[in-house]
Amino acid sequence: MFGYYLELALRSLRRNKVLTALMVLAIALGIGASMTTLTVLHVLSGDPVPGRSSTLYYPQIDPRDMSGYLPGKSQPMYQMSWIDGMNLLRAKRADRQALMTGGLVAVQPHNTMLDPFYEAARFTTADFFPMFGVPFEYGHPWHAADDEAHARVVVISAALDDKLFGGKDSTGKTLRLSGVAFRVVGVLGDWHPNPQFYDLLRKSFGENEGVYVPLSTSQDVGMNHDGSTDCWGNGGSGKNPSHTAPCAWLQFWVQLDTPTRAAAYKTFLVHYSEQQKALGRFQRPPNVRLRDVMQWLDYNRVVPDNVRLQTWLALGFLLVCLVNTVGLMLAKFMRRAPELGVRRALGASKRALFAQLLVESGLVGLAGGTGGLLLALLGLSLVRRQPAEYAPLAHLDPAMLLVTFLLALGASLLAGLLPAWRACQIAPALRLKSN
Amino acid sequence: MQIQPILAALRRHRLPTLLIAMEIALACAVLCNASFMIATKWRQSQVHSGVDEASLAVLTLEGYEPVEAVDLNARVLAGLRVIPGMQSVSVVNAVPFGEHAGTAGITLDAAGRHFGGVVDFYVGGPGSFKALGLRVIAGRAPQPEDYQPMQSFLPDSARVLVTRALAEHLWPGINPLGQQFWVDKFHFQVGGVLAHLARPYGGEGGPNTIQWSIFVPAQPGAHLSGVYLLRADPAKLPRVLRDARDAIAKVAPDAVVDVSESQTISDLRQSYFRQDRAMVSMLLGVIAALLLVTALGIVGLANFWVQQRRRTIGIRRAIGATPGDILRYFQTENFLIVSIGIALGMVLAYGINLFLMTQYQLPRLPLLYLPISAIALWLLGQLAVLGPALRAAAVPPVVATRSV
Repeated sequence: MFGYYLELALRSLRRNKVLTALMVLAIALGIGASMTTLTVLHVLSGDPVPGRSSTLYYPQIDPRDMSGYLPGKSQPMYQMSWIDGMNLLRAKRADRQALMTGGLVAVQPHNTMLDPFYEAARFTTADFFPMFGVPFEYGHPWHAADDEAHARVVVISAALDDKLFGGKDSTGKTLRLSGVAFRVVGVLGDWHPNPQFYDLLRKSFGENEGVYVPLSTSQDVGMNHDGSTDCWGNGGSGKNPSHTAPCAWLQFWVQLDTPTRAAAYKTFLVHYSEQQKALGRFQRPPNVRLRDVMQWLDYNRVVPDNVRLQTWLALGFLLVCLVNTVGLMLAKFMRRAPELGVRRALGASKRALFAQLLVESGLVGLAGGTGGLLLALLGLSLVRRQPAEYAPLAHLDPAMLLVTFLLALGASLLAGLLPAWRACQIAPALRLKSN
Repeated sequence: MQIQPILAALRRHRLPTLLIAMEIALACAVLCNASFMIATKWRQSQVHSGVDEASLAVLTLEGYEPVEAVDLNARVLAGLRVIPGMQSVSVVNAVPFGEHAGTAGITLDAAGRHFGGVVDFYVGGPGSFKALGLRVIAGRAPQPEDYQPMQSFLPDSARVLVTRALAEHLWPGINPLGQQFWVDKFHFQVGGVLAHLARPYGGEGGPNTIQWSIFVPAQPGAHLSGVYLLRADPAKLPRVLRDARDAIAKVAPDAVVDVSESQTISDLRQSYFRQDRAMVSMLLGVIAALLLVTALGIVGLANFWVQQRRRTIGIRRAIGATPGDILRYFQTENFLIVSIGIALGMVLAYGINLFLMTQYQLPRLPLLYLPISAIALWLLGQLAVLGPALRAAAVPPVVATRSV
């Protein structure tokens, strides 16, 4: 039966090419616009560490003085000071914990064909790699003992390994960073977390750092800090933030495997704040937050407002296209009333007619979906040429491809329901008579 | 023209009428809000920076040791001044549309209880005030003795100039001259008011706080170095900037030019608003597609109606209606349907705007957008229905006598 309906539908669509083309065009435009914006939204609001994001938390405490404090309203400090970061790190109350900050290092290649260049770096403690599930192409991360020993070891990204060592296994080789020799212990595998959740102040989207150095070593060598520094009280900031000044410039992440452990950790943060207040270091009442990765991204409004607005706009546009298609479909089905009347008179049930008409609208949806897919690909290539940080990430993945066709099919079937129902209500005798 | 028969006919075709009206309503709602967003973005991109953009460029150096800063300043100032066409070189900490350097919260009392807002401090060495071309509307421009040395990112105490917008925010209805404010232990007194000075990077407070800047005169030194304001004739500026970049290799080989922050202010402004321009073109594209789809929908349904009513039209023609009567019939019908859609659409537009206001800090939709969108949609409707209506007008009276 389906085959017969399909044949009928094709014949009917061919009969009135202009109307068919109008319907397909309307659906294609609507689907194309919505899929473009939905894909961008999907890419930007994705989970940067799938499977781990619900156990990774960003603790925040408030070590500032009372100036500007609004009880219940003030958010805690965005980042950690050196003293608090080190205290929390050494307390080891979480399953894993890492203290880190961003930096900029001068890379001096041994290969004289390459000029020295600056590379973005991450100064961090050892748990960074196992905690975020960072894959390794060669070698391994450094260990907690290397942090303690201020070891001159470095982990580099695959891209930097390509640039410096031609993509070969460079573990054990020496790399000069900011004038000091480091031993390469590991090369990262394919790891591109987006959004760059662990340090959103650096940038929200894009390539991660090329160089990873133990935090302790980076401070010994005096590597340049690159990131935001917030000071309070009488804290002033020079180029590299001091360890004792009241300045926050480090990110602290913890892994807490169960919700109970997370609750316990939050209590620990409150106790820590109280203890520091008793010692006179903190002045505000305990003001802590413990957000997991997705809550942290949400709090930071990582998805730009422009992108959300565009998505709403495109969905509104799709709705207009849909109403438009309902109207055109109605015109089309009502025009075929005589034919439908004949089929009814020959014994076809209302249900059969309804099914036949829905097959026709589904066919329009498929054609519109294909057109919409092409338009979405075009739209995404336009998005990639936009001057935004996230622009290079705008690609259609298989999941969104499927969504495109489901959306197109669903939209056209929805648009076909009302007209098909109306067309089926026709009294066959009346139709036959009027002919 | 009689409206009664049209209404009677529409009542018999409730569903298609409702569909077109709904389409118009949605189109009206989207059109109002999208064009309002375009206007908002456009107005934001027209922000008055207050400086002489066409004649200014900035040169940013990095990578030098802080202890060399004083020496570097002296070498760069002397080395760049001799470039042909250079009108002036001065040291600043930031320029409009460049990277921000002195963003801080200010308080209106020394104890730090009365918070004034987060503002941007422009710190400039001798010559920078004149080079920027800032317009003083009250008080006086910085005098030579106002340029004091600084031990931190701001001088301990200084006579500064604030913008009119900031003065009105901090001291509404009071003469701002002589007023004081603090950033922690740093103390400032207002010595003059500027017409405009946009903060370097937009500001976290959104478009309303874009003018919240303060000009602080200070002596170049360890905390004021590395960013140089170049002034030249607009026509010669690109060449002067290029020469200046080249000259750095000779006068300051120990420093590295930060290329992205060494551009003319006009170029910085261009790239600053690039994302907004991309958004505006996307909005324009959606509006165009929306109007196209709406028009095509009207054409499709109107065509169907004309075909369906060929007999009726034929009868009307046979009993004396002129082609003009038929044409006007369809035009009036379209006008009525579009009007219903616009009425619904205005309510919808306001609803959407209320939602956007709560979610995205958009301002309230001005009423002016409603009549403009209405006129646009009426025109669109008339244009779309013209083809089918002409076809209807061309139906010969003889159709009435045929049985099909």
